[in-house]
Amino acid sequence: MAQIIGGIATSHIPAIGKAIAQGLQDQPYWKPFFDGYNPVQAWLRDEQPDIVVVIYNDHGLNFFLDKMPTFAVGAAAEYRNSDEGWGLPVSLPFPGYPEMSWHIIESLVRDEFDITMCQEMLVDHAFVVPLTLMWPERNARPVRVIPVAINTVQFPLPSPSRCFKLGAALSRAVESFDENLRVVVVGSGGLSHQLEGKRAGFINRKFDLSCLDRIVGNADDLTRMSVTELVRMAGVQGVELLNWLAMRGALTGSVTEKHRNYHVPISNTAAAVMVLENESVPAV
Amino acid sequence: MTTMLPLQHDYDTIPGTTVFDGRLAMKGYALNKMCYSFNSAENRESYRQNPDAYCDLFQLTEEQRRALRHGNVAELIEAGGNIYYLAKWAGIYGITVQQIGAQERGITEEAFKEMLLRGEEA
Repeated sequence: MAQIIGGIATSHIPAIGKAIAQGLQDQPYWKPFFDGYNPVQAWLRDEQPDIVVVIYNDHGLNFFLDKMPTFAVGAAAEYRNSDEGWGLPVSLPFPGYPEMSWHIIESLVRDEFDITMCQEMLVDHAFVVPLTLMWPERNARPVRVIPVAINTVQFPLPSPSRCFKLGAALSRAVESFDENLRVVVVGSGGLSHQLEGKRAGFINRKFDLSCLDRIVGNADDLTRMSVTELVRMAGVQGVELLNWLAMRGALTGSVTEKHRNYHVPISNTAAAVMVLENESVPAV
Repeated sequence: MTTMLPLQHDYDTIPGTTVFDGRLAMKGYALNKMCYSFNSAENRESYRQNPDAYCDLFQLTEEQRRALRHGNVAELIEAGGNIYYLAKWAGIYGITVQQIGAQERGITEEAFKEMLLRGEEA
């Protein structure tokens, strides 16, 4: 059976992609941020996952307001990136695993998550940047990927609790797939930031640090929040924490924090990365 | 029975914050659709050549055209624009999210960056 060996939560700010393209990793502004990914890369080298499920939010590359799915799952053999309009270089495609995607889709719908199924799905910076931070070697594509998109653009948004339960359903789906595969789940986005309005530039360090603590062993506390509370505490775009909560929901075993880094600011955002190991608890 | 959207939501009282809900989605559809088209370099170039003609294609309102002419993000949000799509319009002119933030706050870009570096609870 496939096994979820851990979860990684990480910011996905477009400026990171530009910094990588321009080779700025060692500059003083960027170094404290990029150094935070060395332990992540080392963990991945040790753990050698086969599959990465990336839970992210599309920012207007694949989905427009004409049809906006709350939850969408990719079922393509390949996922392409494309021009987002503001100058980020287009990345090479990522290999998918359609058979596993369809297994996950069937399991989710059986579990009453009526997701949108996508045989074509352009993946934006929220998908590409985390994978590039995890495997920085140019053009490295060492894993197959399954994208799971959560709407954070058009309100109403799904609640933190609902996203956490989606993660739990993903875990049942992945771990019932009859192939020995090591799977990592990524929650992309955050932490606190707000791009627009008089509160533009809002960063809430206290809330962010408490999130990083709570998501390890007290995620229930976060799932009790409403979307409005999330907006208030983390900023309008800080609602990307929904992706983190779905990732955390997918870790149903014994969870250990292996690494974290928090750095303010990258662009307008409080940047964070965290590695959680998931050890499955044997059935009694 | 009412068919109107609720006029108030609990997020309306969050200071300095606009939540992109159904009310703005209705108001801003054409503007956002136009901005979504700027994922294509060819469309960005068409807009750059003749913004008015390009706005005609999407039947933008006068309020939306005025906000675009002013290059004012607060007005664009008021006119129903969503920041993720507006960012694609901003990209045409090389306007960054930090310039947008500074404009929204009514401070210089340098002051805005300083504020972020301090990482204050704004």
